[in-house]
Amino acid sequence: MNTTRRTVLKGATASTVLAGLIAAGALRPTQVFASDWNKAAFEAKDTATALKGIGASAPAESKDVVVKVPDIAENGAVVPVDVVSNIPGTTSIAILIDKNPTALSGNFTFANGALPEISARIKMGQTSLVRAVVKAGDKYYVAQKEVKVTVGGCGG
Amino acid sequence: MADPMKIRAQMKGDVAEIRILMSHAMETGQRKDAAGANVPAHFIQTITVDVGGKRVIDGQTGTSISRNPVFGFKMKGAKAGDKVVVNWVDNKGEKRTDEAAVA
Repeated sequence: MNTTRRTVLKGATASTVLAGLIAAGALRPTQVFASDWNKAAFEAKDTATALKGIGASAPAESKDVVVKVPDIAENGAVVPVDVVSNIPGTTSIAILIDKNPTALSGNFTFANGALPEISARIKMGQTSLVRAVVKAGDKYYVAQKEVKVTVGGCGG
Repeated sequence: MADPMKIRAQMKGDVAEIRILMSHAMETGQRKDAAGANVPAHFIQTITVDVGGKRVIDGQTGTSISRNPVFGFKMKGAKAGDKVVVNWVDNKGEKRTDEAAVA
């Protein structure tokens, strides 16, 4: 058997695959990667710093932002949150939990027909206000609701 | 490599409802294991949703999203058959991309 031929063939296949991967990798970053993770905002210990981190230092209270959370959460590890913004021109919604070790939970930007609403499940260390901060145009709006977290699953 | 996501995208009238279930430990970095050692933080940092080739959701998340995160989004302008591509990247650089079609 001609071993040289085998080796050359194998080598050719491997490098073709590699080239394919590189091409895929080179094409991907622009399509797939989201904007850079906002480290300052997400590692902020309190709401005020986190708000500053996302550029929303003084959001105005608004009844057009609807925060749907349970009044009492028996399991702080999984708390369902629904946020709907009825403010025209809403481009992003951020969810913050005042008394968590890091306040900011998520920040979502909407485009290309996405409706300004989101549902997610969050972790809560203790009873706290849950805030939704909405960006519409250059302005920020906020609404909040308290969730009581029952530690240990009974009483409270 | 993380397990695949479960993506469901359904038309309800002219609105497409997209629900995503991701499989991820979402460690906060505050938990201690049985031996008392800190479990290092490991959590999803960015999430993107593209429908029909257009970026619809660009999200960033912190440690306080629940384990095995579930997200729900809605959008207008989608139609049955449109491709939904969801992508996440975590703080260790692990990533996952999954696809579904609008039904």
